[in-house]
Amino acid sequence: MNSIFKNQLYRLIIAHIKEILREPAVLFWGIGFPILMAWGLGIAFSTKKEMSREIAIIQQNGTNSIQKSVLSDIIGHYPEKQKGDFYLPLKNQKIGDIHLFFHECSRNEAEILLKKGTVSLIIEGINNKMVYSFDPANAEAQLLYELVKGVVYNGPGYYSSHQDEIKPLTVSGTRYIDFLIPGLIAMGIMMSSSWGISYTLIDRRSKKLLRRMVATPMKKSNLLIALITARFLMNVIEALVLFFFAWLYFGIHIQGSIPALIILFIAGNIAFAGISVLLSSHTSNPEIGNGLINAMVTPMMVVSGIFFSYQHFPEWTIPIIRNLPLTMLADGIRSIFNEGAGIMQIWKEIFVLSATGVVTFIVGLRIFKWY
Amino acid sequence: MDWIVEVSGVNKSFKDVHAVKSVDLSIKPGEFVALLGPNGAGKTTLVEMIEGLQLPDEGMIKIAGKSWKIHQTELHRLIGISLQETKFMERLTVFETIQLFASFYNLGTKRVIEIIEMVDLQEKKKAYVNNLSGGQRQRLAVGIALLNKPLILLLDEPTTGLDPSARRGIWTLLKNLKNEKETSLILTTHYMDEAEFLCDRIIIMDQGSILADNTLEKLLQKYNQARNLDELFINMTGRHLYD
Repeated sequence: MNSIFKNQLYRLIIAHIKEILREPAVLFWGIGFPILMAWGLGIAFSTKKEMSREIAIIQQNGTNSIQKSVLSDIIGHYPEKQKGDFYLPLKNQKIGDIHLFFHECSRNEAEILLKKGTVSLIIEGINNKMVYSFDPANAEAQLLYELVKGVVYNGPGYYSSHQDEIKPLTVSGTRYIDFLIPGLIAMGIMMSSSWGISYTLIDRRSKKLLRRMVATPMKKSNLLIALITARFLMNVIEALVLFFFAWLYFGIHIQGSIPALIILFIAGNIAFAGISVLLSSHTSNPEIGNGLINAMVTPMMVVSGIFFSYQHFPEWTIPIIRNLPLTMLADGIRSIFNEGAGIMQIWKEIFVLSATGVVTFIVGLRIFKWY
Repeated sequence: MDWIVEVSGVNKSFKDVHAVKSVDLSIKPGEFVALLGPNGAGKTTLVEMIEGLQLPDEGMIKIAGKSWKIHQTELHRLIGISLQETKFMERLTVFETIQLFASFYNLGTKRVIEIIEMVDLQEKKKAYVNNLSGGQRQRLAVGIALLNKPLILLLDEPTTGLDPSARRGIWTLLKNLKNEKETSLILTTHYMDEAEFLCDRIIIMDQGSILADNTLEKLLQKYNQARNLDELFINMTGRHLYD
């Protein structure tokens, strides 16, 4: 028993874990920040039973445009203003109510509201016709246009009509938060490994600590194994904390195989550990190291389908994006969480991630500068 | 005579720079030697070769009769080093840091406590390394270098940047070590008084070669009655030692 406490690998692992736990920034960025991000984005993008939408109506000079518009009959049924805007409630028991607020303003004011994201639809009466202005690439604006047009031509009852044709689907795993959490778990592994392994090694090289350590009988591989192990344990804690928060607050469930999830999680850690060792193999300049790490993590964070689907990118980029390590990891975790996937469905991701990690680790070790 | 360090005909070049030129040097067990010279003299390269970090292009270096090429693991157990401005893991305590390095030599808590007492850091045992003063950090560094009771201790500017009291603390530590006669020391320093106080021999290097290697007294006598090492260097080369 005494000998394990003298054992250098054991001591190295303990030292690295203590360093991580004693760094307040690590606890915030590793645990607190992902939870805040999940909570904030989960709330912001959650579908609500009741929604409010603002629409800008451009005033004609010297006239009250809403009185002149086709909407005036409709608005006439609901003469009360709310917050200074004409208010039209649309009710639907099965899919939730929508509250429309028509805000009369000038063209300049309307454009400002559009830029701020307060409105996505502008209506103007031109030559006795309603003209609808919106960004055709904005799916929500398109839907709002269809809704308002439907109400204009068919009356407010349009929204609550044909209730018997509506059968709401409540399929687990289709919410934005169900999409987001697996992505955040994957991103957490990447960030934690990159900064925790790469930057630590570069920083230690710059402070001559690596050189000091290799001038002892310490096995070089033990140092790397200890660093990777300590980071892995932290990644497990961070992922578990994030998952339990999402489970408690948003009711997230894992529909697929837990053993497959564990194996994929390990494969993801292997991948990013190897990449991190390769990335940190040469430079002893922390600023260059900073740049290298950011150059690797930032593009993947944007394109790998963490916050939104990568299907939005141009078609020719999809095969490249799909094969990025972070994309593979996020997609794999997502398919286990939301699609009920098991080992057979994600064996390719497991294999490629593990192989990536092993190859990059071996290459990194060969060219690694210890001083 | 069994030399503890033997450097024989060693040459080392980096691209166009011939950093070490045909250096011969021998150190006896228990001997304290200062290595002096201006920047670029080749001191660091020579010390790195003795430490085993670099291999010579030509010549031979033996530590206790063993070479780095064949006996690397063994030699790591025989040397202790303290580099200038080494920073340890900031969020470990003094005790934990020494304990970590002790594990590299398979040493336990008993030796850790001995080292803490030796370097007089008992009161700072539980302090984080990033909360230590410069002098305390240097004592920690020297203490770690002494963990394995090295046959050869290599110290690179151990008191640079320290206040006089902290410097004296390190000197006392090294003087006590000298009195035990079990460890040889190679000290690179910019402080002539340090070299004079601690060392049996002074080796002066310039432009990759050893210009002088003798006791301080004999060197000062030999080179036109120089009063100190800087004057001695001026007499030898026409330049100040620390130009």
